[in-house]
Amino acid sequence: MTDNRFFNRSEFIGILLLAVFLVVVLPLTLDVFRLNLVAKYLTYAFVALGLVVCWGYGGILSLGQGVFFGLGGYCMAMFLKLEASSVENTKIQSTPGIPDFMDWNQITSLPLFWKPFSSLTFTIAAIILVPGIFAWIIGTAMFKRRVGGTYFAIITQAVAAILTILIVGQQGYTGGINGMTDLRTLKGWDIRPDHAKVVLYFFEVGCLFVCIMIAQFVRHSKLGRILVAMREKEDRVRFSGYSVANFKIFAFCIAAVFAAIGGAMFALNVGFMSPSFVGIVPSIEMVIYTAVGGRLSILGAVYGTLLVNFAKTSLSETFPELWLFGLGGLFIAVVLAFPNGLAGIWGDYVQPRIDRLIPSRKPKPEGWTDSSVADGAPAE
Amino acid sequence: MFGDYSIGDLGSIFVMQGFAGLILFSVYVLMALGLAIIFGQMGVINMAHGEFMILGAYVTWMTSNLFQTYLPSLFSGYFFLAMILAFVASGALGMLVEWVLIRHLYKRPLDTLLATWGLSLILQQAFRSVFGAREVGVDLPQWMLGSLHVTESIEVPINGVFVMCLTVLITVGVAYVMYKSRWGRQVRAVVQNRIMAGAVGINTEKVDRYTYGLGCGIAGVAGSAFTMIGSTGPTSGQLYIVDTFLVVVFGGAASLLGTIASAFSISQTQSTLEFFMSGSMAKVLTLLAVVGILMLRPQGLFALKVRK
Repeated sequence: MTDNRFFNRSEFIGILLLAVFLVVVLPLTLDVFRLNLVAKYLTYAFVALGLVVCWGYGGILSLGQGVFFGLGGYCMAMFLKLEASSVENTKIQSTPGIPDFMDWNQITSLPLFWKPFSSLTFTIAAIILVPGIFAWIIGTAMFKRRVGGTYFAIITQAVAAILTILIVGQQGYTGGINGMTDLRTLKGWDIRPDHAKVVLYFFEVGCLFVCIMIAQFVRHSKLGRILVAMREKEDRVRFSGYSVANFKIFAFCIAAVFAAIGGAMFALNVGFMSPSFVGIVPSIEMVIYTAVGGRLSILGAVYGTLLVNFAKTSLSETFPELWLFGLGGLFIAVVLAFPNGLAGIWGDYVQPRIDRLIPSRKPKPEGWTDSSVADGAPAE
Repeated sequence: MFGDYSIGDLGSIFVMQGFAGLILFSVYVLMALGLAIIFGQMGVINMAHGEFMILGAYVTWMTSNLFQTYLPSLFSGYFFLAMILAFVASGALGMLVEWVLIRHLYKRPLDTLLATWGLSLILQQAFRSVFGAREVGVDLPQWMLGSLHVTESIEVPINGVFVMCLTVLITVGVAYVMYKSRWGRQVRAVVQNRIMAGAVGINTEKVDRYTYGLGCGIAGVAGSAFTMIGSTGPTSGQLYIVDTFLVVVFGGAASLLGTIASAFSISQTQSTLEFFMSGSMAKVLTLLAVVGILMLRPQGLFALKVRK
């Protein structure tokens, strides 16, 4: 049962441990405020998960994941905002029935591209399709022309910069630098009270595991092997008759859709969306979550995200100056000393000891550590 | 959108906006020159480039304060000493960084990006701790204030003209060093074929270190020039880093001429558009155009033809 298309035995145990950790341990030990904080962190785990597929396996470093996180988040936030700005809620405005920031910017009717977002079905489709299609366009334009590596990273960064400037500049349509705030209900169900936060947390964890399963499936399928082969020797894969560009586009689109789901979850759990999650700085920070967890490890991405964000919250609460030094140091340390992140440390130091303690487990095959590092270590 | 202006007005607008664009062009060129050397020649993505520039700016600021307090009589000439100090400070830090960090990462260009980003965060926080979070401005000497009246409706600020002359001088200097000097030949040899260059007796590690130092030093000089036209804060460098990378990539990474041409076209487009629409939309349109052209022509404007 454990050796199927999704995972082998050690991965199965890892996923089970993560599930116990997220579904049982955290909700029992944390109060609702902290649990909501974890929910916020986990939204970044979606992005990190996408980066494992795209960067870890495909070797495509995207520094613009904030773009997709933002697109997904804004789609969700537009739906919630429209619901929050019903005519009776906004009767003090000069034009009732439109979001408050439009009213402040002298816009008197709902812009055309906002209208479909009053339907939940359309919104959910848009959360997947808008970033997916956008990623497909960027990917097609770049990978078909064999642009890759550092150039791709720089261009995705530029796209992140463009989108941020656009959102901030077009205040009347997007809420500007403040973003969309004051989101209240989802189909009449209030998302703000404590019990709603708990329900949303479990919903998010469910989505996260769906994404983990998709990533596991990609990894164990032939597609995943081709991605890894492509990362190592692109030309050989091309000469073997595979269309390298299409595989890259696919990996990039998967990463984009994961990030968008994370963004939508963010809007639901945290209750607002703003351009400060779209730009270059957050996009690069999202890469470090993946790097800390281990760029090849699907579960490591989740632990890495949680660990870095816990460190960020606790450090920046107590020593705000130290935090940037710490984050900077983390970037350098991960690159120089631990290129495989937490998962690498787990696979190199912890796993062998466990194996020694439990003699019945078969040792892992030699020389295959690179892509089969045992995933996941309860990081704390 | 042109309807409200007469032909003469329009001419003046274009000249003045063109001139404002030239100042932006100077900053771009000065920053991009260092980056073109580091990225184009060595393949290292130096995300901390903006911070090296800001280091130069802070050095200039300190020098001007020193002159004001101790040598007020020589204040009008402080800038030239400040520029040299900025070059030395940024260059020395650059060589240290290369020795500690970059030399381990030459085979992993994407990782240099992450590591130098970490470095830039550390430098930013260091600036904030040492110099404070507030932006600082440099007092200009008397002869740099004021503006030149070219015609009745056109006037250009003297500090802008000065920065431009400086840019031209530095560009010519860099071009000379890279293409005419013995050391520049060594750099280009290492870039083209590291193993062969080593085999004919070039100390490639030393060349790498000095190349990185030179790139960072030029960023320091750029920071020095930057103080002439704007104020300096711990995060000012980050504002320019993506633009500068686009300039380098758009120009064709390994070509100095391309870098200059792309800096010119990007800065002119942006400053001309800025007059007719909001600054943010001008920037969006410019960046979109650059990204669009890069998608059609990924090798940049001037590509070096190398067999890979």
